[in-house]
Amino acid sequence: MRDDRDSKVNRHSFSARRGPGAIAVPAEKAKDFKGTLKRLGRYLKPHKGPIILSFLMACFGTVFSIFGPKVMGMATDSIYDVVVERLQGNIVPMDYLYLRNILALLAGLYILFSVFTYLMQFLMVNIAQKTVYNMRKEVSEKLTRLPLRYFDTNTHGEILSRVTNDIDNISNTLQQSLNQMITSIVSMVGIIIMMLTINWMLTLVTLVTLPLSVFITSLIAKKSQKHFKDQQKTLGMLNGHIEEMYTGHKVVKAFNYEGKSQQEFDRLNEKLYYSSSMAQFISGTIMPLMTFVGNLGYVIVAAVGSIFVSGGTLTLGSIQAFIQYSRNFSQPIIQIANIANVIQSTIASAERVFEVLDEEEEIPESSNLEIHKVNGRVTFEHVRFSYDSNKELIRDLNINVQSGQTVAIVGPTGAGKTTLVNLLMRFYDIQGGKITIDGHETRELSKISVRNLFGMVLQDTWLFKGTIRDNIAYGRLGASECDVIEAAKTAYADHFIRTLPDGYDTILNEEADNISQGQKQLLTIARAILANPQILILDEATSSVDTRTEKYIQKAAERLMKGRTNFVIAHRLSTIVDADLILVMNDGDIIEQGNHLELMLKKGFYHELYSSQFLVKQAE
Amino acid sequence: MIRLLKQMKKYKYQVLIVIVLTFIQVIAELYLPKLMADIVNIGIKNQDISFILRIGIIMLIITFLGTVAAVFKMYVSAIASSSFIKDLREKLFKKIQAFSPGEFDEIGTSSLITRTTNDITQIQNVVIMGLRMMVRAPLMAVGGILMAVSQNSGLSMILLVVVVILGVIIGILAKITMPLFKMLQTKTDNLNRVLRESLTGVRVIRAFNRTEYEKEKFDVSNKDLTDTSLRVSKMMITIMPLIMLLLNVTNIALIWFGAIRIDAGTFLIGDLMAFIQYAMLILFSVIMMTMIFIMIPRASASAQRIIEILDMESRIQDPENPTTSDKGKGLIEFRDVCFKFAGAEENALSHISFQSNPGEVTAIIGSTGSGKSTLINMIPRFFDPCDGSILINGIDIREMTQSDLRDRIGLVPQKALLFSGTVKENLVFGDDSLEMDRVMEVAEISQSKEFIDDMDLQYESVISQGGTNISGGQKQRLSIARALASKRDIYIFDDSFSALDFKTDAKLRAALASEIKDSTVIIVSQRVNTIMNADRIIVLEKGEMVGMGRHKDLMETNQVYRDIVLSQMSEEESA
Repeated sequence: MRDDRDSKVNRHSFSARRGPGAIAVPAEKAKDFKGTLKRLGRYLKPHKGPIILSFLMACFGTVFSIFGPKVMGMATDSIYDVVVERLQGNIVPMDYLYLRNILALLAGLYILFSVFTYLMQFLMVNIAQKTVYNMRKEVSEKLTRLPLRYFDTNTHGEILSRVTNDIDNISNTLQQSLNQMITSIVSMVGIIIMMLTINWMLTLVTLVTLPLSVFITSLIAKKSQKHFKDQQKTLGMLNGHIEEMYTGHKVVKAFNYEGKSQQEFDRLNEKLYYSSSMAQFISGTIMPLMTFVGNLGYVIVAAVGSIFVSGGTLTLGSIQAFIQYSRNFSQPIIQIANIANVIQSTIASAERVFEVLDEEEEIPESSNLEIHKVNGRVTFEHVRFSYDSNKELIRDLNINVQSGQTVAIVGPTGAGKTTLVNLLMRFYDIQGGKITIDGHETRELSKISVRNLFGMVLQDTWLFKGTIRDNIAYGRLGASECDVIEAAKTAYADHFIRTLPDGYDTILNEEADNISQGQKQLLTIARAILANPQILILDEATSSVDTRTEKYIQKAAERLMKGRTNFVIAHRLSTIVDADLILVMNDGDIIEQGNHLELMLKKGFYHELYSSQFLVKQAE
Repeated sequence: MIRLLKQMKKYKYQVLIVIVLTFIQVIAELYLPKLMADIVNIGIKNQDISFILRIGIIMLIITFLGTVAAVFKMYVSAIASSSFIKDLREKLFKKIQAFSPGEFDEIGTSSLITRTTNDITQIQNVVIMGLRMMVRAPLMAVGGILMAVSQNSGLSMILLVVVVILGVIIGILAKITMPLFKMLQTKTDNLNRVLRESLTGVRVIRAFNRTEYEKEKFDVSNKDLTDTSLRVSKMMITIMPLIMLLLNVTNIALIWFGAIRIDAGTFLIGDLMAFIQYAMLILFSVIMMTMIFIMIPRASASAQRIIEILDMESRIQDPENPTTSDKGKGLIEFRDVCFKFAGAEENALSHISFQSNPGEVTAIIGSTGSGKSTLINMIPRFFDPCDGSILINGIDIREMTQSDLRDRIGLVPQKALLFSGTVKENLVFGDDSLEMDRVMEVAEISQSKEFIDDMDLQYESVISQGGTNISGGQKQRLSIARALASKRDIYIFDDSFSALDFKTDAKLRAALASEIKDSTVIIVSQRVNTIMNADRIIVLEKGEMVGMGRHKDLMETNQVYRDIVLSQMSEEESA
């Protein structure tokens, strides 16, 4: 059952189970253990009461369970006394009343133990879930306040794993390990005390086995960790290889690469075999060895204890109790060792989560100035910008766009065409000069207000899982059914939507691969039409869209652009030639601007770019 | 599951050894309480210290033997299970790698990946658990029961009752929690999806000022997940206290009923102590076994998925007596070829006939779903035609070996796929005979030279998995260079210039023209200007050839072609 939970968290590492007796995978070390622990503690502060209560219950529960064997020993003694008396020839009745009372007491202890254990866990589960709920919420809200730069420089997988795996890790520890630690410590101390009350000499004998078990545990842990690490690493590499070869299957086939791929696979598989069998073997010996130590103690206690009993200094029930104590003694030790490991990895997880929470946020708006209606006149005045302070990109950019004009942005791939989008939308802020819309400097307007002026249709068509209707309606809050259909019609999307079995209720799946790339583009255009912005940013598609749909996209884009100021990242020649202003970009900077005729006459970069289109025809 | 385990036959001796060793270990463990009972019943009763010591030493020896057996068992079982898994994994990988793209499409690449990674891991868990516990638990249970019954058959009835209750409790809990776990997984996936969407769409979300909306969406999923986890956890935490209570109550019952029997003189006190220990051993074994029974169905789903693959045969097989033709020319001929996807009602391609000679460029154009990619995928025999034949140099490609056939073809797939490794490794891609000069030459032709030279380690720079550290256009150029590296008779370009801006596109094609002028070239494209100079343009619509000829002729005679061209360029440009 427990495996079930853990496998959800750590699906890739089968060795990461935390069962009792097993050795956990080597934990990652936190950079600042103390600080992170303190900070994690702050999350638990509001739950101080319940946590203390839960700890108390853990203590009580454990104490009850510790008294168990002792009381049971009393029962045995009462039976034994009768047996001894009878042996000596005295006819004594079995004292059932006493036995019943003792057993009732015992039952009471055990019931209390179970009830307390349940209550303690119940409290902790609630606390853990509440804490991780808040943590997830905090992180996700933090993400909305982070600048675009953060998302451009961190991979999605990395961010995702912090919100999911790391937080899950914390939740598991809160839920299980904290209380386990308390119970382990309490039972270890309690057991020693109980053993001492029975017989100090026997206790000493048992304690002799303690260093032995600690020694064995740490030795095996040390030996096996290296193999676990290897195993983890090799498994990662092997799975990576599998993933790569399968995704590239066609290429592998086309180039007759199967043999090489198999060779690499076999090499990794062999390596994995070695480390995994060694890890399995070495970690597997811990249980038998601990059992050995346990049995060693058992035999010694049984033999030495029996001598005491026959000497009359110890009762039989006491030995029975003692044996149970000594058997339960090694369990908490192994558990504490494991929990130490778990806590370390939890702190490392917490550290990663806190790293996100500590990221620098976007500077809060200094003004809330809002404008709603503009004509769409956009100017760049002496704009200076770079992503990275070491490498200047845009040094002194001046653009003047009249309302209703179309601006084509052209340049080779990687020339930095999206930089302009980033600046216009205030995804990134400029470092010098100013950008104005109808004479208002955008930095003095609120970001929300600036972005409301713009519509955006990117090549990377982002749609979410949900109905087509909801996806289009995303363009304007509170859009009516009529508005949505109207927008879809304008965007030439209505027809294909209606041919889908569920029409506007069709649910786009996560990859949105139940409609074609071209259709997705039509939907994003419909979304932008619904938003009805004064200024439009449009990224012309280059990706594989079939020619019919391409035609629709073009027409839809034309309708969308009508009557607005448009910034188009242009790939189509006709768009470029017809544009009112062409911005030619290279290496991140705008190197030429003007209309088609002017630029051709200039015989510069644009001229070369344009002519190369005809170079093709000569070459072939 | 069982079928898969049959493959362990190869390791039957190891398994046998494990069973024998486990048996020794179990006997050793079971024998200890018996000896303990002897000490109480005889040693203490008679105050015979030398007897106690003698039995004590025997106990030590038995413990030692048991431990040696257990450690040795661990070794054998670790080796056996690891090599079993190694073999299985290798078999599966080999099988899947031999599949044709048809089988890949049918099952899905991601599913194949899961089967080779996660499913195998599942099986591995079961095999390890199995060798460790599945052998031990039943032996222990049976042995414990035998010992218990031999001690006192009356008290054993109590055990029987408890075992049944235990089974029922665990069964009921498993039944309730299993669907909850499934639900938990769905909610987790859901939360992950919402978060992933908000990451990938961060620009759109901010552009539309929908941050608040996304926050709420996340909060709904977050709450939902939290509620479900709470429900699952609250179920889970009842299990341990319940089972512990049951075990403890059993103990109490045993003492009570044991006392009655001792009172009647039919039972010895030492035996009662031994009996209690047996009871615990038996009950723990039963718990273990139920755990295993819960694990098996989950693993058996994995086993099912693996077996399904092992049972599959690729539809594309090499002929028994392959023929071959001279290399150095690449005449391709399609003779009335049709193709149908498995399970589809209509043909994806029908009546495709054409011939392309060395030195000629054949272009294929048509809308998405018209069958362009399918057509060219048939040339390297990724798919076999349902009727008609494809010939290279007059030989049916089904009569050649696949590797012979593919050695003649340089393919640039639609999706530019690169592999983790250096730039050079990606360009050489398995052909170790290639010289560095040639690598640099093709880099130049494909217009990759400049950006490779800009990289930190040039040709030794490392490309990450899936080529995520270079741009789409750069990937496409490297993918072209890779196809060019070894000289081939036939080159196939499947929409391979789409991510290039028009300047690079033009330069590349100019350089390419002289490089491949003697080969047979097939180009699929959406862009008219890429193909208008081809020797032969094939216009596909809905899987059929609706036109074939040169640009000029098609412009005059073919409406479909004209539509396509005019959607991309003006009348004058197309002239």
